[in-house]
Amino acid sequence: MARQESVALEFVSERRRRGIRWRRVALLTPAAIIFGVFLIAGIFAPLLTPYDPEEIVLLDRLIPPSWEGEGSLDHILGTDHLGRDILARIFYGARVSLIVVATTIPASAAIGTIVGLLAGWRLGMWDKVLMRLVDIQLALPAILFAILIAAVFGASLRNVIIIIIVWTWSGYARLARGDVLSLREQEFVVAAQAMGASDRRILFRHLTPNLLNTIVILATLEVAGVILIEAALSFLGVGVATGTPSWGAMISEGRNFMKLAWWLIWMPGIAIFLVSLTGNLMGDWLRDTLDPRLRNVR
Amino acid sequence: MAGTNLWTLLASRLAQGVLVVLAVVTVVFVVSRVVGDPIQYLASDESTPEEIEALQDLFGLNDPIYEQYGNFLWDLARLEMGRSFLTGRSAVDEVKMRAGKTLQLGFAALVFSLLLGVPLGVIAALRRGTPADWFSRLLAVLGQATPNFFLGLLMIFFFSVQLGWLPTGGAGGIKHLIMPTIVLGMLTSAAVMRLTRSAMIDVMGTDFIRTARAKGLRERTIIWRHALRHALLPVATILGIQMGRLIAGSVIVETVFAWPGVGRLTISAINGSDYPVVQLAIMVIASTIVLANIAVDLSYRLIDPRIRAGT
Repeated sequence: MARQESVALEFVSERRRRGIRWRRVALLTPAAIIFGVFLIAGIFAPLLTPYDPEEIVLLDRLIPPSWEGEGSLDHILGTDHLGRDILARIFYGARVSLIVVATTIPASAAIGTIVGLLAGWRLGMWDKVLMRLVDIQLALPAILFAILIAAVFGASLRNVIIIIIVWTWSGYARLARGDVLSLREQEFVVAAQAMGASDRRILFRHLTPNLLNTIVILATLEVAGVILIEAALSFLGVGVATGTPSWGAMISEGRNFMKLAWWLIWMPGIAIFLVSLTGNLMGDWLRDTLDPRLRNVR
Repeated sequence: MAGTNLWTLLASRLAQGVLVVLAVVTVVFVVSRVVGDPIQYLASDESTPEEIEALQDLFGLNDPIYEQYGNFLWDLARLEMGRSFLTGRSAVDEVKMRAGKTLQLGFAALVFSLLLGVPLGVIAALRRGTPADWFSRLLAVLGQATPNFFLGLLMIFFFSVQLGWLPTGGAGGIKHLIMPTIVLGMLTSAAVMRLTRSAMIDVMGTDFIRTARAKGLRERTIIWRHALRHALLPVATILGIQMGRLIAGSVIVETVFAWPGVGRLTISAINGSDYPVVQLAIMVIASTIVLANIAVDLSYRLIDPRIRAGT
């Protein structure tokens, strides 16, 4: 009976478990391939396309993708309203996303981990002050702050990176602090303390290695999130500088041509969707494999 | 006792909340006044230096920055935020006019995401491994991966431009609310669904559900009354975090659908260096996030007797 089945949910036959594993592999392989294509496109963009993504060729405006009637193989995904090659902009857009991921995630993970370590280890005033900083970050309407920064300092990739770091470090801090609070009671830490190890030694030699697992998992889960934030900021016009090929900016520029030239917003839209989908799938897999208890982190 | 504990806790959380909001507004004050120059928006090209001087005096822009900050705090305490540089109306009125619209949208999105996410999560948990489970999880994964501005544009294209069923944007009747609500609530629905599912799976395996079954309670009562109440605890906690996401999302959704809310107001105010409006709007938004988190925190303690104040 179906009703009773849920009582015995924990019991999964060996055969069924193997089935689940295979389904997972069947799902992950294409995800890894798509994500790999995105990585290669971003890293080798200049080698993969003969076009300059920012070069305006007004004679070649709004050429449809190659499989449409008036399309040509010169521009496989067509051109935009300024005659720029869409495929080249998608490739270089991948590069923008990659730069953002590669700079913001290590930086905010490092800042957040250090804050969490200090708060969880020192406790007292340190904990109070640092955790209030986390509260401030959480209460700061990040997107409006981003617009403010862009209005005052101008839109640029560097500012986007700074904004995203300010936006995302607190998640790591809360996670690291929680872990430190339980680790500090464990015998190896107490023993290290009893042997007269300095604070710095305990923090970096004993506690940090034990945090790495959780931090790496959160960092992986954040990849898609960070790409979406950059796209959203660029869509709002407060991300990368005008002209820079960012997927979010491409959608923003293409929105006025939605009826006339569907490919202007569909191509970058699909690119963002695929990358964040495959990024999430791989993050979920890594988390389930390394540490299933983190299921509710995000 | 527990009652007094709760009140002390509420008081201390509120006091901390005030400090947090103050810090947020200070950050905004420093960023906007140190570099931005409002006078170029106030004065026309033909303004004489004397006129500019008079304007600067009128708005207190000539005072030293610490004096401006002092005045600003004093005004804040009395809720006298001054007038909008752009429209001349009081900043409080400007924000008040728009706040209702944003609350309406945010509330609709929250209700939408609970109505969609909780039942889907429960069904997915009870029918684990069946097509119903796969379908719900697929929906959640797709929802989390789709950029909301892209989805918004696609919906406008299909439902407004092609089919002509719904208005492309602006505020008005229920019809205006449908697309913004779905787009804004999508991410939260996905999070609620995933969490409800995993919490339900955990709860259904516990002893008290077995006891309830042994007592011969109806399955419907067990699931919706006993199990779901427990499963919703973790859902309640993430709603605090989701509030921040909803507000961030509302800025984008308001832009895409031309929804006249606080988000759009703030964007135009920032672009026009309209400081009184910017500061007040960001303060209101920050306070909302802080209050929502306190409310979630306290309700969590009220629902779950195991958690008492101070932990």
